[in-house]
Amino acid sequence: MDPEISAPERLALYRTMVRIRAFENAAEAASQGGVSAYGQEAAGAAKVRGPLHLSTGQEAVPAGVCAHLSHADYLTSTHRGHGHTLAKGADLGRMMAELFGKASGFNGGKGGSMHIADFSVGMLGANGVVAAGLPIAVGAAHAQKLQKKDAITVCFFGDGAINRGPFLESLNWARVYQLPVLFVCEDNRWSATTASGPMTAGDGASARAAAMDIAATQVDGNEVFEVHAAARRLVAEVRAGRGPRLLHALTYRVKGHVSVDPAAYRDPAELAAALETDPIARARARLAAGGIDAAALAAIENEAQAEVEAALAAADAAPWPEAGAAFTDVQTTGAGQWT
Amino acid sequence: MDMTQEPAAAVLQLGYAEAAVLAVQREMDADPRVVVLGEDVGRGGIFGQYKGLQQRFGAERVIDTPISEAAIMGAGVGMALAGLRPVVEMRVVDFALCGMDELVNQAAKNRFMFGGQGRVPLVARMPGGIWDASAAQHSQSLEAWFAHLPGVVVVCPSTPQDNYSLLRAALQCGDPVVYIEHKTLWGARGPVDESLAVPLGKAARRRRGDALTLVSWGRQVQVCDAACDTLAAEGIEVDLIDLRTLWPWDREAVLASCGRTGRLLVVHEAVQAAGFGAEIAASAAEATGCRVARLGAPRIPVGYAPVLEAQSRVGTGQIASAARKLLG
Repeated sequence: MDPEISAPERLALYRTMVRIRAFENAAEAASQGGVSAYGQEAAGAAKVRGPLHLSTGQEAVPAGVCAHLSHADYLTSTHRGHGHTLAKGADLGRMMAELFGKASGFNGGKGGSMHIADFSVGMLGANGVVAAGLPIAVGAAHAQKLQKKDAITVCFFGDGAINRGPFLESLNWARVYQLPVLFVCEDNRWSATTASGPMTAGDGASARAAAMDIAATQVDGNEVFEVHAAARRLVAEVRAGRGPRLLHALTYRVKGHVSVDPAAYRDPAELAAALETDPIARARARLAAGGIDAAALAAIENEAQAEVEAALAAADAAPWPEAGAAFTDVQTTGAGQWT
Repeated sequence: MDMTQEPAAAVLQLGYAEAAVLAVQREMDADPRVVVLGEDVGRGGIFGQYKGLQQRFGAERVIDTPISEAAIMGAGVGMALAGLRPVVEMRVVDFALCGMDELVNQAAKNRFMFGGQGRVPLVARMPGGIWDASAAQHSQSLEAWFAHLPGVVVVCPSTPQDNYSLLRAALQCGDPVVYIEHKTLWGARGPVDESLAVPLGKAARRRRGDALTLVSWGRQVQVCDAACDTLAAEGIEVDLIDLRTLWPWDREAVLASCGRTGRLLVVHEAVQAAGFGAEIAASAAEATGCRVARLGAPRIPVGYAPVLEAQSRVGTGQIASAARKLLG
């Protein structure tokens, strides 16, 4: 194990992953019947409605990367952004409230799961459009450079995003202006319901970064301590003004594209093999082998579960937004002119 | 910003492009958050609409970029969220289409979608309209697309004064602004009073008359004005309104005029079908019961050969005929 990581840091990484898992498990349960897709009818009774994209099995990537960030650093995320948001320090209760569409959610019920954001911790938003976070991230990093700030921007995206033009435009941009941005490709092997491999020429995110003279590091994205160690080095380089870096984290999307997608198109053996590399189980085993008391790990798990249950209850009890909120925060110029 | 803090204002004779340069210069002088990014801006822009700005403010604030419209627009969004006030140069509206997700799904949606956590004070300049002999991909008028889009302001200035004053207003307003200058107005000269503030959303009456209300914007205002000369010679005095801002559009001014004249003709360079003229005509008819007519281009791509390109132009003869028909 990485000798530079202290026992409290290890437990903090474990806690981050466990909280993400607990949050998403609860959201998944609350979302069944929440959207009509994959041949299912919407039931209407679901508390979490609409598309819910789960990052189950990918928790080690945001946990390992965001451990090196402060609230002054920016983060842009994807449609699969619960883990990024929690790891960046957003309040779990307000996140759940947003998934429920309640007024107390981060976005006042205007965004839901796909648009979770907490600007107060530097989390500039999940995004419903694949690769859309990349140009925004380089713009934020460009501003940080012009403003001569020490802060950096971290940009999460998936393996599907590297086939969109904004990926190329943004990596080129970041290198041309030597911006303080860390690109993190969370390679979960699936682009919606299509395997990414057959749809991707060449060797993926790392190879494409290398073509633009951006140093890339590939890491087992299901080994949180490895992600943490790689990210520590890359974040330090970016923070030192050495230009952009790319972390290519190999992981696996355990769930379907959205929570109601049974992923029947996938080889069960592939999933079974992936489940053997579950990042939380691995971390737990390593921590136990490293002498961490089982009771300490159980306490973390129980705390996360209790936190999520409290969040569910609070979100359920919270009021809906006022209808009038549909007309606020559209634009200032011409506000009130709706037709 | 407080205009009274500036040096004593002079009325200058400037071209439409020069007026824009002066507007950006004044805003960059006043506000260190204002930056410019886009292709060729360091050389002054292909129309001279950024001339001298990089020399004055440096390459860090007037940023030459790769041909990457998605990244230019998207980086503008990121810069705005991080506290800057970018002027985003798209070269022509036709190329801005390569940055549409970044404008439509990101810039326009950000504030609402994230519950008001952020603002995107960004001015996207995307010159529109027929550029002589430039054919289908360099000649479009797409302002109605953006007027249809909640979250943005849409501006189509027609004079050097308006280009100066409205560009400054756009940079100060704090909203994402789609700023559509006309590709063939750059050399048009006129007086520019540096102290004159023109608020967004206010139309300008270019001629006063009682026979008919004529609403237009952009370069088409000039064509309408020429048609009004023809009509005046026939004793038909037209109330010519230059809308200037398409969203929010000056409903009050247009409806007041229509209420007085009882007749409205809306003329635009854009394709007539589903154009913004239809919105104004329908609104005026609903509110005042006036007679309405629209006149725009046929729904064809703009052709290259002069005879083909001419089919997409709305000329003075057509405007005068439409006006007479409405009066008949």
